This record gives sequence, C-alpha cells and structure tokens, in this order.
Amino acid sequence: MKPVLSLFFRDVRLSLRSGGGFGLSVGFFVLVAVLLPLGIGRDLVLLETLAPGLIWLAAALAALLSLDHLFQADLEDGSLDQFFFAGEPMELLILSKIAAHWVTTGLPLAIAAPLLALLLNLDPVHWPALLVSLLVGTPALSLIGAATAALTSGLRRGGLLLSLLALPLFVPTLIFGAAAANRGLGAPELLICAGISLVALVLAPLAAHAALRLHVS
Amino acid sequence: MFGFANPERFWRLSAILLPWAWAAAGIALAVGLYLGLLSSPDDYQQGATVRIMYVHVPAMWMAMACYAFIAAASLVSLIWRHALADVAARCAAPIGAVFTALGLATGSIWGKPMWGTWWAWDARLTSVLVLLFLYLGYMGIWAAIEDRTKAARAATILALLGAVNLPIIKFSVDWWNTLHQGSSVIRLDGPALHASFLYPLLTMGGAYGLLFLALLLTRMRTEILNQRIWADQRRRAANEELRAQPEGGLTNG
Repeated sequence: MKPVLSLFFRDVRLSLRSGGGFGLSVGFFVLVAVLLPLGIGRDLVLLETLAPGLIWLAAALAALLSLDHLFQADLEDGSLDQFFFAGEPMELLILSKIAAHWVTTGLPLAIAAPLLALLLNLDPVHWPALLVSLLVGTPALSLIGAATAALTSGLRRGGLLLSLLALPLFVPTLIFGAAAANRGLGAPELLICAGISLVALVLAPLAAHAALRLHVS
Repeated sequence: MFGFANPERFWRLSAILLPWAWAAAGIALAVGLYLGLLSSPDDYQQGATVRIMYVHVPAMWMAMACYAFIAAASLVSLIWRHALADVAARCAAPIGAVFTALGLATGSIWGKPMWGTWWAWDARLTSVLVLLFLYLGYMGIWAAIEDRTKAARAATILALLGAVNLPIIKFSVDWWNTLHQGSSVIRLDGPALHASFLYPLLTMGGAYGLLFLALLLTRMRTEILNQRIWADQRRRAANEELRAQPEGGLTNG
C-alpha cells in the first residue's frame, strides 16, 4: 500500500510545485469562462441559461489539457519501468496517479465553479447542483482521459491525437454531467454520471495498464 | 481460423474469393437499386422520399457492423495474437468511416424534407457522429505509431474502449426521446416493415455487406503487399550496411 500512497503524494507535490501546472488548468478554466461571454454576447439572461453547460464544457477542455503530461514525464525518465517492478498491482499505481491528477485538476475546477457561475450570472440556487455534478463527473473525465493518455504517451504530437481520442469518449460524461447541472440535485442524470465514473474507475486502469505496457517494452 | 493466420494462404484464398465477391456485390447492388428505386411502392406519408431509406439504412447498418468487426478482430488479436486480425481491423476502418459519413449525409438529406432540419442533436445522430470520430481516432492511432506491432496493440485497446458506443447507438432510440424513428427491422418482435419495403432493404443491406467484403479483401491484399515491400526494403538496407563496412567489420576502429 505504501508505494501507492507515496506515488499519490509525489504526484500531487510535483503538480503543486512551480512548473507543475496546478495553477494552469484552473487558470485556463477561468479564462475560458471569461472568453465565453465575449463570444456569445453579454445578454445576462442568455448566459444564465447556458451557464451550467458552458462550465461543464470548460471543465472537459481543462481536463484534456492537463492529461497530456500525466504519463509523459515518468515515461521519459524511466520511472514508469520501475512501476512495473514495484510489487504493487500496476492498476493501483495508475489509479494513484489518476487520483493525484483529479485532486489537482477536477477538484479545483469544481471548487472554482461557483466563481465562474458568478461571471455567467448563474443564480446561487443552482450552484449546489453544478458543484455536485462536477465532483461526480470530473473523476470520469480524469479516468477516461488517463486511459487515452496512456495510449498516446511518448508520441510526437500526441497531444492532438489525445484530443481526437479523448473527446468522443468524454461525450457521455459531458452530456449527463451538464444535464445534471441543469436539472438539479434530484435528477437521474446525476446518478448516471456517478455510474459512468464508477464504471470508468474499474475499466480505465485496466486499459491504461495495457497501453503503458506497449510504451515501456 | 488459425489456418487463415498464414498470409500466404490468405493470399491464395482471397485471390479466388475476390472476383466472386465483386460480382456478387455488383449484382446485389443492381437488383437492390432496381427494387428500391424503381419497383417498390411510394410511402403513403413520405411519397417518393422514402427511397432514400434504401441507401441510408444499409449504410448505417454497415457503419455499426464495421465497428463491431473491428472490435471482434481486436479481441481475436488480443487473445490469440492472430497475425491477420490486426491487418483486417486496420483495413476495415476507413471503409467503416466512409459508410458512417455516407449514412450521416444521406440521413441529413432525408431529414431536411421529413423533419425540416438538416441536423438535430438527438441521441441517435449524436452517437453516430461520435462513432465517426471513433473511426477517425482509430485510424489516427494506427498512423501515429511507427512500430507496426505496437500500433496494433494500441489500436486494439482503443477499439475495445470505443465499443461501448455500439449498444448506445442501437438502443438510443429506445432509451431517449429522439427525433429519429425507432427500430423497425432489428427488433425482438420482428420487422415492422411491409414486405414490399423490407425485401429491397434487405437486398441493399446484403449488397453493402458484399461490397464491404470485396473492399476489405482488396485492402488486406494491398496491405500484405505493402508489408512485403517494407520488409524487402529493410532487408536491402541491412545488406547494404553490411557491404558498406570495411574489411574486418565491426572490430575496425
């Protein structure tokens, strides 16, 4: 268990340090929310209707940006090879990396969401639904994204290919997450979103393991 | 199945099968188009526009069948390391992508007069669009990794990840309130179409299937030739390297 926990803390610490990209994904998230009214127009009523979906969209894109480097650094300096010999199941180690990714990306996004909701004129009555849907749905984005990032790690221009591969797989999470944010806390879409996260919790580490084997051999 | 893993044997078998596949596809297409476009009745509601069904529905059947084929071939490749399964999956992808694009285009053309819109973001249309991007991503990952074996393994994982979309597409019209109509042919209660529509539709479905087979075999044969050329080039390059070394070989300075 110890290697799993220490890997988690290592990744969180690396992300928090300068150059780790922690502030970047939150910064991108907020920037997108700032750009949206500039593109759509300043009509507050329109922004209020669109706000939950737009915030979810910004979250999906921000998650995508930070996925690129999930396995890259470890692949390049050879620590990924060491994970295979760590004695812990590789899936658990991958899960700890994904958990670190979520704690430094999805969780801050969910916490920053009320700020964006303010910018987009969303009534505070709807904020709990938005927050919960993001908390429940962003793990799915981290998990599914990690599986595709494992496939494209080490490739030149892998970032573009990652977007092409990950975004179609994000679609169900995005649809149900945004619907849950729109409908409120009692919505069935929230449960479906949670279901997607749970299924991804099981399948994504398996897929990522198989994919990482290729690049490490 | 393992008999076919031998490329030589596949080469000989496909050489025999291919002309027949093209001929059968051509005949089925001719018969199906005649039945569909000329000899079948108009619909009482849609009039002559219903005839788009005979090109749209089989294209969509093939779009899903192709992906199912790729997923199955990936599974075979993963479990049994079957040499030609990877080649088959790689070759089927562009064919499936084109079928999907054609289905979307013909569906759009059908939708404009029927629904009043070229596009709608309902469950069926959205999930088929996602299928198109899954095909493109699959082709992308084959192209992005230079090592053939590595690319095959990566593509296998991707194909199996994306296979979750297939039941979503199939059951989208049941699970959601969609603009697209519900299942009329592949249902538990049997087809809901009248025979005068059903038989031309099934003929066209068979024609598209035979077309897929013919195209797949042609592409697989081309791919095998490509691999032979590639292996040959590597062999020549290796030979030249050996010859270019001075007398005494590797021990020399």
